[in-house]
Amino acid sequence: MSFPLLTILGGVPLLGALLLVALPRSRAAAAPMVALVCSLVTLGLGVVVAWQFDADAGGFQLSEEADWIPALGAHYALGVDGIGLTLVLLTVVLTPVVILASWRDGDLGRWSANSFFAWVLALEGLAIGVFAATDVFLFYVLFEATLIPIYFLIGGFGGPQRSYAAVKFLLYSLLGGLLMLAAVVGLYVVSADAGAPSYLLTDLMDVPMEETTGRLLFAGFFVAFAIKAPMFPVHTWLPDAAASATPGTSVLLVSILDKIGTFGMIRFCLGLFPEASQWASPVVIALAVFSVLYGALVAIGQTDMRRLVAYTSVSHFGFIVLGIFVFTSQGGSGSTLYMFNHGLSTAALFLVTGMLIQRRGSAQIADFGGVQKVAPVLAGVFLVAGLSSLSLPGLSPFVSEFLVLAGTFRTSVLAAVVATLGIVLAALYILLMYQRTMNGPLQASAAAIPDLGLRERLALAPLLALILALGFFPQPLLDVINPAVGATLSHVGVAQPEPDVDVSAPDEEPQP
Amino acid sequence: MTPLISPWLPAEAGGGVPVLPVEAAGTFWWLWLIIALPALGATLLLLGGRLTNPWGHLLGTAMSAGSFGVALVMFVALLGRSEEERQVRQQLWTWLDVGDYTVDMSLLFDPLSAVFVLLITGVGTLIHIYSIGYMAHDERRGRFFAYLNLFVVAMLVLVLADDYLAVFLGWEGVGLASYLLIGFWAHKQSAAVAAKKAFVVNRVGDVGMSLAVMTMVATFSTSSFVGVSAGMPEASSGTSTALGLLLLLAACGKSAQVPLQSWLLDAMEGPTPVSALIHAATMVTAGVYLIVRSNYVYAETPVAQVAVMAVGLVTLLFGAVIGCAKDDIKKALAGSTMSQIGYMTLAAGIGPAGYAFAIFHLLTHGFFKANMFLGAGSVMHAMDDDVDMRHYGALSRAMPITFLTFAAGYLAIIGFPGFAGFWSKDKIIEAAFAEGWVFGVGALLGAGVTAFYMTRVMLMTFISKKRWRSGVHPHESPSVMTVPLVVLGALSAVGGVLLLGGWITGWLEPVTGPEGEHELFVSPFILTSLVTLVVLAGVVVAWLVFGRGELAGTAPQRVSWVTRAARNDLYGDAFNEAVFMRPGQHLVRGLVYLDDTIIDGVVNGVAALVGGSSGQVRRAQTGFVRSYALTMLGGALVAVLATLAVTLA
Repeated sequence: MSFPLLTILGGVPLLGALLLVALPRSRAAAAPMVALVCSLVTLGLGVVVAWQFDADAGGFQLSEEADWIPALGAHYALGVDGIGLTLVLLTVVLTPVVILASWRDGDLGRWSANSFFAWVLALEGLAIGVFAATDVFLFYVLFEATLIPIYFLIGGFGGPQRSYAAVKFLLYSLLGGLLMLAAVVGLYVVSADAGAPSYLLTDLMDVPMEETTGRLLFAGFFVAFAIKAPMFPVHTWLPDAAASATPGTSVLLVSILDKIGTFGMIRFCLGLFPEASQWASPVVIALAVFSVLYGALVAIGQTDMRRLVAYTSVSHFGFIVLGIFVFTSQGGSGSTLYMFNHGLSTAALFLVTGMLIQRRGSAQIADFGGVQKVAPVLAGVFLVAGLSSLSLPGLSPFVSEFLVLAGTFRTSVLAAVVATLGIVLAALYILLMYQRTMNGPLQASAAAIPDLGLRERLALAPLLALILALGFFPQPLLDVINPAVGATLSHVGVAQPEPDVDVSAPDEEPQP
Repeated sequence: MTPLISPWLPAEAGGGVPVLPVEAAGTFWWLWLIIALPALGATLLLLGGRLTNPWGHLLGTAMSAGSFGVALVMFVALLGRSEEERQVRQQLWTWLDVGDYTVDMSLLFDPLSAVFVLLITGVGTLIHIYSIGYMAHDERRGRFFAYLNLFVVAMLVLVLADDYLAVFLGWEGVGLASYLLIGFWAHKQSAAVAAKKAFVVNRVGDVGMSLAVMTMVATFSTSSFVGVSAGMPEASSGTSTALGLLLLLAACGKSAQVPLQSWLLDAMEGPTPVSALIHAATMVTAGVYLIVRSNYVYAETPVAQVAVMAVGLVTLLFGAVIGCAKDDIKKALAGSTMSQIGYMTLAAGIGPAGYAFAIFHLLTHGFFKANMFLGAGSVMHAMDDDVDMRHYGALSRAMPITFLTFAAGYLAIIGFPGFAGFWSKDKIIEAAFAEGWVFGVGALLGAGVTAFYMTRVMLMTFISKKRWRSGVHPHESPSVMTVPLVVLGALSAVGGVLLLGGWITGWLEPVTGPEGEHELFVSPFILTSLVTLVVLAGVVVAWLVFGRGELAGTAPQRVSWVTRAARNDLYGDAFNEAVFMRPGQHLVRGLVYLDDTIIDGVVNGVAALVGGSSGQVRRAQTGFVRSYALTMLGGALVAVLATLAVTLA
């Protein structure tokens, strides 16, 4: 086994969390700084991981493997392909941003600031583990384990409705986890029947499976991931959670944890059950397209900014799921890139609305108006974040959204046309909110809103810089993603659509 | 994958000579600088914030002027090349490459994009200069110039890109700049609403653009001009028609053509230089550019061509009628813009016989309409920002330069013999008659109505007796504003020289194909005389109505239903509200209710069952443990059942 880089990557934040727990309450003022340093070290390690990753080689890299529970065939196995690496990078980029933006959020909770930042770091470590696990059992355990930090982050540090929201989130997630557990057990049976039980992804991908068995197990995984993602109709936990959590927690939840759902669909639904994935795709595509429009329409009708942003995510996750289940290279790569870009864009939107809400003490859109007059920098950041959410070309989400739509168009024109209507609705939900809060005459109650401070600018600047840079130069990330998506699609075994008219140059030189 | 290099035009459409883009070298290596200069300006001004206020306007203007300078050098270099080599391509970087689909960020400098680049940076620079004076007292002048530079960048990307997806980048980029500039005075509710409306309506058009690019990807695996033009002759007729109609939808949004016209009149909320640059001279003509650029698409689809012509015809009359009834000088000019772009669209729909004239009229319109908008701005400047022409009158004495330059624009737009618009509009009417009586008569009628409403504007503003409000003391604008007016006024007068010796048609031929012959029922001279007579009739009628008697200081209320309809923008907004907005609002409200009660209610009900009662769910400390235990139990049960199911299956 080579140098356990991924274990260290996930271990550093977990150790940091322990360090924060050990930190005496009297030193709570140092907690954010400790957490920030720790997350920056993790970011540095993440850069090393990306450096070590060979985009051209494809497949799982930086792999580690050790027996864990031989009787079950469970291993401690880590490794990243291009898809996993993308999400690991998203996690290590966003965590320092969240910590910087949440500097004071730990002071107002039920517990100490130490525990707030400890949970944040614990969540980072576990999320890295989830995205790097190449053993289904290990994935399941870590998947369920991520619920614990986020439960305490919502329930301990959120708004007035935090207990209700935390329990609702937990019940939803447990229900999904339950179904997945059943499917995980089922996988054991299948694998044991085929010889020696093994939960290793590489082993399970080759296990022969009955059609019905595959479809049942697929359903178990899919529903769990659909709740996580979240898709219509199992999305209602998200608006409540986002409205009750601190902005930083919402970012961790929506930008990172929810990605486990769509990541899981690619890795496990498509990877382990290719036949069932194809079988289910018409229904999934229909649900995804419906989610796109439904989330956007309901977002337009929201009066609370945090709930509005949450519903936009329901719409965006619809796009991601759509791209995954159309089985084209543009769709798959677009969806994976979308996960990264949505993470950045939604993080910026949650954080900047959070800063606005904190200044005024209200999340109601109607309580604002004309803020750009007194806080132009905040308004500018708000606008860029919003424009990224509505997928303006030049900002990173556009590339991914267009790829998803173009990939969809090649297999289902109808789905693509209907989903494209979502871009009009996106303009409405963002610009209506922007107009009502930032433009128009300055409301007296909003007149005293100060502009962004230095710490807040430092937290938001990397997000905006990445959103802009990846809008024009997405290819480095796509180079990492393409081989992994290609491998997944060839495993699913769907032929890539050919163009009707071939305008590419023939191999040999044309005759003069 | 290298796309097969192909002639722009299919052979049967009159192409023939293979015209290949040449890699940019030598002078053309600096092509990227045309975009980079204003991009640098916008970046510095946006990041610098209030610090840039003392000198931001100078930087912004210098960047635009520098871009114009580079463009001029490039244009001359292009002139010096032989016709086959007038397609210069500069590859910058690969934007995205996934599967069989690659999009390059590269620039294409050819006869079509060259004239656009000159128009954008040339008129753009004049408007930058004008804005130094116009925005002198605005506390956010630096920001204004940042947005202007941003607009110039996006517009240049739109016309220089050589892939439809990259065009889309500029396409939405100008939409953003337009949004920011319409809403520049966003503390006014009306400006904020107008900006949002413009963006949203444009997004409807952008659905067309998105779907068009997707269709290209599915059909050709590419969206580059070279690839699509090479593949079009082999595309099915259904695909061709779909592409033609989708691109038309996109053009309707950006160019404010019926049915997506409603945003343009509201867009007049923006500062007047913005109306001149974006909502008259450049951005709103992007739709015409798109159609002319996609000539190889329309060559394959007569259905879409007729649709383009129909849209143009309807809009040219629609806008002209609205222009007749507006007392707000900017809205009268906006109606006129809509109408004039209708002429261009009509010409573009005609095909190779009309493309060059669409672009020709686009250029002359860019001169005379920018001129008149800036003139209107000069008048507003003098009248304490009052836009109501019923409060004007007799301004020719008070503002002689503004009056004379505006008059040059007026003579150009009505098509007074010799002035720029005379040459360009005349050609379009001629080509329209060759296409069919309906189009010809419509275009002729439009010319008469144009003469009527423009004469009305002239009379109400400059000639009639003064109706100034108290405390208003009109004065001529400073020279920083009048110099651009003089330049544009001169161009309005002599812009027709572009047609000398058929220069413009010959210049554009490598892109649009040869003009071809059209048969006219009468000789061109007689037709031109007819057009001039109709224009004269329009002028005379306007003089009879507005030139003789006293004009009311407020708009009369007892008017015919036609006037009422025109004042209400021919009920375009009312239609949108009744058909889209109100049902949409009901749908949204219904869905929110559904989501909060039924979908979430079912979930809460289930949760309540699991937790024992909903009250306990809400109290986390007690509900949680129990429900967790229950969940565990349930999980174990399901696990056992699943194991059984799998074993038995």
